[in-house]
Amino acid sequence: MTTVLVVVIVLLLVVLGAGTAVYVRRGQAAGGTRPPRGPRAPVGPGGARSAPPPPTSPEEVRARAPGAGERTGRALVPETEAAPAPTPDEERVASAPARGREGIAGRIGRARDALAGSLGAIRSRSRVDATTFEQLEEALLLADVGLPTTSRFLDDLRSRVRAGAIPDDASALLEALKQDVVSLFAGEDRSLHLADGSTSVWLFVGVNGVGKTTTIGKLAAREAAAGRAVVLAAGDTFRAAAGEQLATWAERSGARIVRGSDGADPSSVVFDAVQHAAARGVALVLADTAGRLHTKVNLMDELRKVRRVADRPPGSVAEVLLVLDATTGQNGLVQAREFAEAVEVTGVVLTKLDGTAKGGIVCAIRSELGIPIKLVGVGEGVDDLVVFDPVEFADALFS
Amino acid sequence: MFDTLSDRFDGIFKRLRGRGRLGDAEVDEVLREIRVALLEADVSLDVVRDLTGRIRARCTGAELSKSLTPAQQVIKVVNEELTSTLGGEALRISYASRPPTVVMLAGLQGAGKTTAAAALARWFKQQGRHPLLVGADLQRPAAVEQLRVLGRGVGVPVFSDPSSPVDVARRGVAEAARVGRDVVVIDTAGRLAIDTELMQEVRDVAAATSPQYTFFVVDAMTGQDAVRTARAFGDALALDGVILTKIDGDARGGAALSVKQVVGKPIAFVSTGERPEDFEPFHPDRMASRILGMGDVLSLIERAEREYDAGAAEKAMERLRAGRFTLEDFHDQLQQMKRMGPLQSVLGMLPGVPKEVRNASIDDRDVARVEAIIRSMTPAERDDPAVINGSRRARIASGSGTSATDVNNLLRQFKEMQRLMRSSGAMGAAVRSAGRRKTKGGRVTPSLKDAGSLR
Repeated sequence: MTTVLVVVIVLLLVVLGAGTAVYVRRGQAAGGTRPPRGPRAPVGPGGARSAPPPPTSPEEVRARAPGAGERTGRALVPETEAAPAPTPDEERVASAPARGREGIAGRIGRARDALAGSLGAIRSRSRVDATTFEQLEEALLLADVGLPTTSRFLDDLRSRVRAGAIPDDASALLEALKQDVVSLFAGEDRSLHLADGSTSVWLFVGVNGVGKTTTIGKLAAREAAAGRAVVLAAGDTFRAAAGEQLATWAERSGARIVRGSDGADPSSVVFDAVQHAAARGVALVLADTAGRLHTKVNLMDELRKVRRVADRPPGSVAEVLLVLDATTGQNGLVQAREFAEAVEVTGVVLTKLDGTAKGGIVCAIRSELGIPIKLVGVGEGVDDLVVFDPVEFADALFS
Repeated sequence: MFDTLSDRFDGIFKRLRGRGRLGDAEVDEVLREIRVALLEADVSLDVVRDLTGRIRARCTGAELSKSLTPAQQVIKVVNEELTSTLGGEALRISYASRPPTVVMLAGLQGAGKTTAAAALARWFKQQGRHPLLVGADLQRPAAVEQLRVLGRGVGVPVFSDPSSPVDVARRGVAEAARVGRDVVVIDTAGRLAIDTELMQEVRDVAAATSPQYTFFVVDAMTGQDAVRTARAFGDALALDGVILTKIDGDARGGAALSVKQVVGKPIAFVSTGERPEDFEPFHPDRMASRILGMGDVLSLIERAEREYDAGAAEKAMERLRAGRFTLEDFHDQLQQMKRMGPLQSVLGMLPGVPKEVRNASIDDRDVARVEAIIRSMTPAERDDPAVINGSRRARIASGSGTSATDVNNLLRQFKEMQRLMRSSGAMGAAVRSAGRRKTKGGRVTPSLKDAGSLR
């Protein structure tokens, strides 16, 4: 069998050699446009696009009319702390929950009991000693905050304890740490923006299986509930039935959807969606993309192209949201860095926070990359997408 | 995925190599580094403690050997401990005496169950079985549709109806018995371990179908939560093994260690890509070697055995040795190699490949481009590239949608390979030459190192 290996190695050498040269050349060619993913479904130039989007309900037109003009240029979706209008919780109550639902805090919290042990010990201690710090470190590490960020938090705490800025009391220490976590996210812009005078595109990116399509579905429902029309761009032309999945969401919220054929160039789908939206005066396009590992260079290039194309007038990319699974470990930071580098991520959507995972990696993302955390997903229901709340997050981290 | 972890160890041991003896202080330092490396690799805190404890005991204990350097000793110990944590032996699938053999997949949302189901069905088919896919994920929109599309792709029928997960599963098994399908792979909806209602549902599905194998599907990028989730699923279901997905990324894959330890069942399969063919049985010993940067030749050989036509390879080898290897042969072999999976993953398994090359952006489109160039040649040109002159080159370039430079590069590379094979006739030379060119830095041809630095 070694024969085969020899042949393989020989082939690899030739291909690599030739390929490298090509790569250099292409790299210099200022990242020209590229064909759709290599080994995937073959598509002719332009790719036969599926029929024009199905006629949607008249709601879209209705929703569009009043007050649409005011929307440009200001925050749209999340009701920030400043504007306490309907709190996420109240909003959620308004809709019919599928299964018995508790409050969000409750839902995030219900998983935490199992972990109360390690920190219960802290609360019962009075003096601060090495063990206290060990327990705090453990709590942070178990929450996926990661060693570098954890060490930074704790070193800072230690020096403040030494300087007498924090009383020699374990629960005061815990409170101080929580406060540090909260202030890490202080002042971040959690609103979702619209571009002035053009069709805004919110691009959703991330690795496979993090919940991009579901997040878009929820946002679409939310926009529809607020009487604002959106067009969904089914830019995941790779995964089987991703388009159908998004179409189901579109149906639920009465949003329009623009789809391409399987294997079509996602850029062209997004482009069509922008054209479609612009022609109908819809101000916002939510663009789905196929999940991709940030290590796949060609797929990241494809994503760059999607962003470029979406940014072409009349379109304007107003948000690039990195969808991140709360169960993700330290790789989340790498993902954020790579996606940010490729497509200028404007915010993170942290999904699946209703499980046992705490999503602590966003601390590292915030502290190392400065990317704001904008939304969190706390369930599968339409209303289970809420604005990120640092206080709640910090509480959950140590509960 | 384990590459980064092995890089870490590389760093530690490089420093260790300079040391003559391994004192307590050194052991402490090494263990500290190993702890950091393991934590950054998302290995769960408990497992890290356990592992470092065992490594410490063995490093400072009586097991000091005279024939090994301290570095080698630590590597050996770490390797053995990783292997044992990753799980003694590979899972061997046995089939029900009265078919169908039922296999159920469960896990969190987005772990990759549906893709894994199709991949698993394809794998069973390769084993000579006749699988049936059952779509019991009625929760996620279009999940069944996704399974149908994937099923079509791998040539496995899919059964589902919009009743209830339990009914679908039960009927799916009955359907398999009726139409003579001997393996049933049940895809279930993603669920949170703390969702008692849905956990009860998946228990019901299991009760209704009594699967021979219940696999827990987990994302290789999972962090500390892997332990909690695995424990919860392990408590709810009688798990028989784990399927680790998305290991083709750069996540360090500590979840593999954690899940293995918690569930106490082997990691049965790993998925190494988005396509159903990127799926293979997991081999703990090989994976541990990979963690330590020793390559994974065994998996590669196995894959080659499965996908490669050995006779053809033999013939190609002979022609290579005799210097009669033409572009036509090259093209044929390329087709064979493509069946082994993406170039990147093949390369990742070769031992001794420098990190820069392993991480190079190797694109399967490069292969496509090379193919296009060869296909744009006439038989005569493929037989003897020397006849290719300026105008032929231009024709080939335009025919393949490349440039004359691309064509030249391929020809030059091919000639170089021929020369090497003729002069030494052994693979050792080919590999050595890769190394040499790497250090020389692309004088004649762009070196492999360049490929790495381009990232």
